[in-house]
Amino acid sequence: MEIKVLRSANNDIQTYNVELENATLLAMLNFIKTKIDPTLTYSHGCRSGVCGSCAVSVNGREALMCEYKPSDGDVVEPIRNARVVRDLVVDSGHVERYNRAGSAWSEGAREENVSAEEMERIEVQSDCILCASCYSACPVYAVNPDFIGPFALTRVWRYVNDPREGNCDAKMAVVQTNGIWDCTLCGACVPVCPQSIAPMQDIKMLRMKSAMLGYPDPTMNFGGGGFDLGGWNF
Amino acid sequence: MAKVLIIGSGGAGLVSALSAHEAGSEVIVASKTLPTRSQTSMAQGGINAVLEGDDTVQNHIEDTLRSSAGLGEEKRITFMCENAPEAVRWCNRMGLPFSRDEAGEIARRRLGGASAPRACYAQDYTGLKLLHSLYDQCLKAGIAFHNERFLLNLIVDSESSRVLGATFLNIETGEVEEIRADAVIMASGGYGAIYGKHSTNAVQATGDGLAAAVRAGAKLADMEFVQFHPTALKNSSILIGESARGAGGYLVDAEGDRFTDELAPRDVVARAIHDEMAKSGAVYLDIRHLGEHFIDRELPQERKLAQIYEGIDPVQELIPIKPAAHYTMGGIEVDEKCMSSLSGLFAVGECANHKTHGANRLGGNSLLELVVYGRHAGLKATEFAANHPAPVAENPQFAKDANFVRGVMYFTNQIDFYQKQEMLANIFYNNVGLVRDDMGLKAVLGAIRQMQKELPFMGPRDKSKGCNTNLVEFIEFGNKIELAEIIVVSAISRVESRGAHYRIDAPSRNDTMFGAHTITWKEDGVLCADFMK
Repeated sequence: MEIKVLRSANNDIQTYNVELENATLLAMLNFIKTKIDPTLTYSHGCRSGVCGSCAVSVNGREALMCEYKPSDGDVVEPIRNARVVRDLVVDSGHVERYNRAGSAWSEGAREENVSAEEMERIEVQSDCILCASCYSACPVYAVNPDFIGPFALTRVWRYVNDPREGNCDAKMAVVQTNGIWDCTLCGACVPVCPQSIAPMQDIKMLRMKSAMLGYPDPTMNFGGGGFDLGGWNF
Repeated sequence: MAKVLIIGSGGAGLVSALSAHEAGSEVIVASKTLPTRSQTSMAQGGINAVLEGDDTVQNHIEDTLRSSAGLGEEKRITFMCENAPEAVRWCNRMGLPFSRDEAGEIARRRLGGASAPRACYAQDYTGLKLLHSLYDQCLKAGIAFHNERFLLNLIVDSESSRVLGATFLNIETGEVEEIRADAVIMASGGYGAIYGKHSTNAVQATGDGLAAAVRAGAKLADMEFVQFHPTALKNSSILIGESARGAGGYLVDAEGDRFTDELAPRDVVARAIHDEMAKSGAVYLDIRHLGEHFIDRELPQERKLAQIYEGIDPVQELIPIKPAAHYTMGGIEVDEKCMSSLSGLFAVGECANHKTHGANRLGGNSLLELVVYGRHAGLKATEFAANHPAPVAENPQFAKDANFVRGVMYFTNQIDFYQKQEMLANIFYNNVGLVRDDMGLKAVLGAIRQMQKELPFMGPRDKSKGCNTNLVEFIEFGNKIELAEIIVVSAISRVESRGAHYRIDAPSRNDTMFGAHTITWKEDGVLCADFMK
């Protein structure tokens, strides 16, 4: 089977021939690194889909190498929107940067009993492994590098929606700028999530919550303010 | 302000970072990965604590003591178990989204060797959710992270044996850096990756912190005790968590018949599987009777992993399994304040030996240990750092390590270290695994010493300076070889069977001769070993 990998040294595709049965892409790259080409560089860790190290782009679509079964001719590239350090390794500074920007943390959870159903509200969002596949798929970064973005906004919603959390007004204030309104709701982040999280949905939920708190929706264009009797202008 | 350097950013590192920060230290966390990529993310089962009901803290203490097979220290186990409820509440307060029972209390499941259901869990993602909650809190606290820093060595003042900091390879730039601090907390994880493809561990579990500690003169304890998890996927050694058995899964032989108590302690179950595999050739985990709904709700990871790695759906099919190296009980010997035998060096988590697990760890006690002792270590390191500021002293370590990183590029590469690494994993699984004997162990020791001699004929083939993972993996291999010798020497010395250490040539426990800890250290590069109470 041919596996094509984008190499950073010459910014060119290198083709490797590997015959391994029923192997994941990660197992193939491990084989290449240890038996064929030790210069091939990539990140990996748990090999079981929980550490979030091995997200790459395969034929233009994000995947975890440890969960992806390759096909002949697959083209493997680093994830997008991140500085390439070498081959498939990217600078992972985005994880800290955007989670900080979104204040994506607990402000202190209450201790009293909570029903199982209530806790299930944040079950999927707290499955996030920070692999940044959603971040890679997001087109907004092409125009706004300060966008808090899908993984961090999902994380904000995970805390805002946590039945144990207290007042979350400060978090809601933070995501008004470079946050929920900068999303185009294109949905590119949804199918690429290996944990079946839908950041776009979480962003929509944050928008509803914002509306309930009285924040204006800047994406609604009322024709420059004042009365425009010509009708709605979307 | 007291400065505390934490090496490693898994659960133990992040808990101690938060604790040291809260106690008033300036905290730096240096780690070879992004914190959320640490092995803690892989812990599935839960975190033990007695919250309410019929269970008592005394039961938790007794279960832990019994499983430790004489090598657990009652005082420290008591400290851990008594602090467990508050540790779990603390995790809850900082946002860990625990699953809930019908009354709305934190849900608990029974794990092997436990007399009651007391492992508090978050589906089968307990470690993942703990780690991420901790990371979020660290960002909130403004903890400084130095990621992609590979630990090379501790900086030790040769006259006072005081630890002054550590040197690192900045993986991205290829430069050697040093970080000085008033106290260092080693939280770098275990050494299970020595078993390679026969381990459930992440590839990073190469024992770098233990190797650096022993090179610096610290003592290690009970290194021969390696826990084998009974149920790893047969082909990939990927973990199928104990929660699958805790929830009622069966272990069956090739005929489909049960052959053992699924909820006995891990060493007992793992050996039963080992024996059964020798007899009938195959062992399976059967969770079909739990039903699809239950499996999807409680064991979603297991289902996905079995599909990817074995190509079977556990809802309809049996899961082929084997025991695999899972947790290393041995570690840097620490006192009740989590300080090692070197002044200023603390250790916590899997790289440390707090004498709480003894010869065999109970499921649900490792996350507990890292929370309870992580909080303790952060506090004690801060106290130490505040009372004993590190002297500003010249030290040759940085220059030595910079030379090494330059020099290693000239190693001759006549021998492929990846091949040797694979061989090491195989001979460890077969001879330093579940069942051991003198001859097999000595053969492995010979092979390891040979590899040590051959290291200069190996080396990285990739000569790049920046982001050279081939170089990192070679240094990791060096650490594995360093520890492998210590493990095998300890296993040879302990001519008895106890907990996870089972000698077929000495199958019973011998408290008179070996009712003590195996302590190992290096003097002028020579390995020394002794049994000490």
